[in-house]
Amino acid sequence: MNEIRTPKTGKAKRVLEKRAPKLVETGKKTLILHGTKTSATVSSFLMELYRLKKGGAIKYSRRNENIRPFEAGGETSLEFFSQKTDCSIFVYGSHTKKRPDNLVLGRMYDHQVYDLIEVGIENFKSLLSFSYDKKIAPHEGSKPFICFTGEGFENVQELKQLKEVLTDLFRGEVVDNLNLTGVDRAYVCSAISPDKVFLTHCALKLKKSGTIVPRIELVEVGPSMDLVIRRNRLPNESLKKEAMRTSKDNPKKKVKNVVQDAVLGKQGKIYVPDQKIEEMQLVDKSKGLKRERKEAKLKQKEEAEETASKKNKVSA
Amino acid sequence: METETNQIYQVDVGNLLAFNPNHRFTSAPSSRDELGKECITKGTELVQAIANTLFNFPSTETNDGPIVQLPPPTTKLPREKHLPRPKPPTKWEEFALKKGIQKRKKDKVVWDEQTDQFKRRHGYDRVNDDNDVPIIEAKATDEPGEDPFAKRLDEKKKRVGKQEKNRLQNLRTAAKAGALPSHIQLAATALPISGTKAQPKKIGKEDLGDVAGFAATSTASGGKFDKKLPGEKPPKKQGKHHKYLPVVGTSGVVNPEKEQTDKVLSKIFSKHSHEILNVGKAINMYNVKKEKKKSGRSDKSGRSDKLKPKKDITKKPANKAK
Repeated sequence: MNEIRTPKTGKAKRVLEKRAPKLVETGKKTLILHGTKTSATVSSFLMELYRLKKGGAIKYSRRNENIRPFEAGGETSLEFFSQKTDCSIFVYGSHTKKRPDNLVLGRMYDHQVYDLIEVGIENFKSLLSFSYDKKIAPHEGSKPFICFTGEGFENVQELKQLKEVLTDLFRGEVVDNLNLTGVDRAYVCSAISPDKVFLTHCALKLKKSGTIVPRIELVEVGPSMDLVIRRNRLPNESLKKEAMRTSKDNPKKKVKNVVQDAVLGKQGKIYVPDQKIEEMQLVDKSKGLKRERKEAKLKQKEEAEETASKKNKVSA
Repeated sequence: METETNQIYQVDVGNLLAFNPNHRFTSAPSSRDELGKECITKGTELVQAIANTLFNFPSTETNDGPIVQLPPPTTKLPREKHLPRPKPPTKWEEFALKKGIQKRKKDKVVWDEQTDQFKRRHGYDRVNDDNDVPIIEAKATDEPGEDPFAKRLDEKKKRVGKQEKNRLQNLRTAAKAGALPSHIQLAATALPISGTKAQPKKIGKEDLGDVAGFAATSTASGGKFDKKLPGEKPPKKQGKHHKYLPVVGTSGVVNPEKEQTDKVLSKIFSKHSHEILNVGKAINMYNVKKEKKKSGRSDKSGRSDKLKPKKDITKKPANKAK
């Protein structure tokens, strides 16, 4: 029995390295699961959320009886799942008499529960009940615009936390380059009262305006609902400090084929690929000949002019 | 971004996020449709604000469409995993640092003297292969019965074993610092290979024993009648520990108890006893004790404690003998 265990396949090694902590993090994966009992609204919301977040979400279909996020011991299952699937955000739906249509949105730090917020769904309208022109339907996995309206998001602590969690949930991967033709969805969240948020998902219609910036129209496509804040748990201060820490220096990119020499300075190597002369296309003769012919003609003309001018000089 | 109504939105283009902190929705519940429409108009304004900055960025044209460079996001969100911890230097790296040894890049192909050609350094048909040596010359120090080829193999095995041990040691120090490489797992922990599980803190033998003791004595009968597991040691003595010295001395020591009391007395009677013993404090304590006894006796007359004014223990008694 060897004391050091290493993965035997390259694939396994790559998976493990993907899950290792990195300096600059890519998008968080979402874990969607439900509890002992779910109502129709909750299950349809979870399904639609999974569809919206197709690339970066994992949906568990079985019931989970022993997950109680707000109790002391009920988080162990969640932490185990988070470790297994490498997910840092989870959405747990359930339905009880006391808390109907309940959703718990939570985040993890190092696979330990970081913070939780519990909301209730009201006035849920599913994807399917919206009718719209199918051409403007948003593509899967496109980066969304996220809008928050309302002073509640600044003043009320629970709404602040909800804003942060929704941003984390919807933003997807952090990218450097964005294709402007690929932006076609927006999430609109409005704080209509200190404990209620109206959330809807819209497709974007870009219309021509006079300038480079198109005029934007929002068309409701996706699920829309009211979220009522129930309970929440804020992260404890030390954990929050640690999680918010970022390293200031960017990861140094390795520059290949460049050598710094003391005498000659910076030198680079250029690798020229082999030229397969047998397979190369011959030059298009006709055009070249045309040009050569033209040039030859011009030259002759010049020479003729020169000789003519010389003759004139001589004669004169 | 300012609009006509002089409202300022907080726009984070890196996240395609916009926040309008100034709007207040009417508390009077308008119909749901109207509310929805209002939210969407507000949302449209925000999206337009983001798009205004976004589309004005310098864009490069590609086959798929115009691509813009997004700025890094400004809203701070918590990380999902801890920052990668710096790896502690291995023993060789420390030694190299101390001696000033630089890393030299080795070529894959090396010139072989014996067969005048280039051979690879590692792998099939390599330079200086141990198995290829045909003749080993005998030295004066060699014993006659020894097989030098077997000896070479043994030495190689030892070297490999030593290297493995050193590697394990280096990995252990890295694991202690929390910087174990993600694809390596040390067999000490029984958890599945994972990217980020923090090293669980190891509980020592004494701490485990203590905890077991606490658990045992927290039963109704103080843990005296609990069934003992095979191999479980009897509990350490709970409560106060008092060492009584033997009265009759063992070999060497005359009378240990007598000696102990003699020592105390000599300290009190010595010239510098006022430095050791605080006479004033001792007298105070004696007086307080006496008064307690007196008050205790008079208390037994029948008055309950509740009616009596509580005695303030911080106050010193009136008669103080100096």
